[in-house]
Amino acid sequence: MGNVLTIFRREFLSFFATPVAYVFILIFLMLSGVFSFYIGNLYERGQADLLPFFNFHPWLYLFLVPAIAMRSWSEERKSGTIELLMTLPVSIFEIMLGKFLAAWLVLGLSLALTFPLWLTVNYLGSPDNGIIVAAYLGSWLMAGAFLAIGICMSALTKSQVVAFILAVVVCFIFVLSGSSIVLDAFTGWLSPLLLDTLASLSFLTHFESMAKGVIALDDVGYFVIVIGIWLYAGLLAVEQKKAE
Amino acid sequence: MISVTKLTKIFGDFKAVDNLSFEIRAGDVVGFLGPNGAGKSTTMKMLTGFLPPSSGEIRISDMSMEQSSKAIQKQIGYLPEGAPAYGDMNVVEFLSFIADIRGLKGQLKHKRMEEVVRQVQLEEVLRRPVENLSKGFKRRVGLAQAIIHDPDILILDEPTDGLDPNQKHQVRELIKHFSKDKIVIISTHILEEVTAVCNRAMIIAAGRMLFDASPADLQKKSRYYQAISLHFTQLTDISGLAELPGVADMEVDRHNGRVTLFPEGEQDLMPVVSAYIRDRGLQVDTLYQEQGRLDDVFRQMTEEVTA
Repeated sequence: MGNVLTIFRREFLSFFATPVAYVFILIFLMLSGVFSFYIGNLYERGQADLLPFFNFHPWLYLFLVPAIAMRSWSEERKSGTIELLMTLPVSIFEIMLGKFLAAWLVLGLSLALTFPLWLTVNYLGSPDNGIIVAAYLGSWLMAGAFLAIGICMSALTKSQVVAFILAVVVCFIFVLSGSSIVLDAFTGWLSPLLLDTLASLSFLTHFESMAKGVIALDDVGYFVIVIGIWLYAGLLAVEQKKAE
Repeated sequence: MISVTKLTKIFGDFKAVDNLSFEIRAGDVVGFLGPNGAGKSTTMKMLTGFLPPSSGEIRISDMSMEQSSKAIQKQIGYLPEGAPAYGDMNVVEFLSFIADIRGLKGQLKHKRMEEVVRQVQLEEVLRRPVENLSKGFKRRVGLAQAIIHDPDILILDEPTDGLDPNQKHQVRELIKHFSKDKIVIISTHILEEVTAVCNRAMIIAAGRMLFDASPADLQKKSRYYQAISLHFTQLTDISGLAELPGVADMEVDRHNGRVTLFPEGEQDLMPVVSAYIRDRGLQVDTLYQEQGRLDDVFRQMTEEVTA
């Protein structure tokens, strides 16, 4: 576990040694504000909650999380540091976990820095703060799932741009599979069971209730499993592709 | 001790390393020689556990690389080709990161970091980001991270590549000081380096082992080994030189008039030649015994294989 911490610390500090983390946090805060107020009509709804804010998170993460995940392995392979790292007495699993946790904490930090919104709704009315905390946790968990996909894609290629595009596409599929656009298209000629399965694979479906503050075990379990599977796939990809 | 048996690595349909077997004991400083693409780096990558071999076995300190790579990696210090390092960290942060992963703690970590910084002379760049360092400093940072845990086995892939002569000298001194009862493997295509620091030379070409003995033995393979080179001050009749006992062949360079006498076997021609010169009162401005031209030997050996 000591190694995970060492890797985690290096990765986390490296986000802040370069402008990556600052730019990311700034853009995240700006966009989440714009989405909540202009498109989500946070004021006009006249309700003291943050639902419009959380509802846009999947779409925000769709582009922002791949941006923070794309460098994780691509850069190691491009610069050759992967050879250094993997000849040190540390396992790929520990490296993977350290990298994931570091980026996840940056995402958590960005989320935490949206607290003025929370203060605002508390000033304007009296929202159910339990719901808001639950929604924050749910959103962070979902961000982790996006991140795991992004890290796996980054393990597949030396090019950060390719990693970004692949991650966006895969994340898009995962988000969209539960949206009405896709589900409507399949309704009628897909059996309800398959339709449900398709919808149940979607981030949207699982985040929907979380955004409303309901933390159900199956939703949490879903995201944890997604994170686990994609990180494991990334692990295999690194093992396969490290020498290229 | 490192023992390698029938090591082979195949990439697609390309055989990078072909059936290599060798043993390296403590105290050996091995120079890996070979043209570019000969399989030196690939062999080192397998020795450090970065790449799995296609077939064959690597055993280090009686442990199999396949089963206990992490335990083996603890004993190895490795400088990969091009000395990769995390550019966004400064030198202290980088070395501290490596020390942490190597399990160095507290006082010991502090002491070791100070020691390697002094050994490779990094004092003036401690707070500079690695990506802004010159090539020479980057290479030294790479060396520092490789020796920070005082490993029993040091594997350096082209440690002096791109360094100026002073820096090369420093790196060689470092390797000499390091080596006493440890194993050092360096890859290089600078032949003088092998005679300067190694007590064993291995020549690899097209993934196969062509030569494995001491650098002196390598020199002996040269046609020029113990040949006598001389140059007369005035135009002289030299036909008698070729008739001297023990002289196998004589060559005269038409441009500068330099005469080279090749001995039969390992005979020392110096006494005969100097007696000849003295007896006839000839005037010579240069006269010396050659050590063997490694470049020639190297070219000869490797061209046969790659041709």
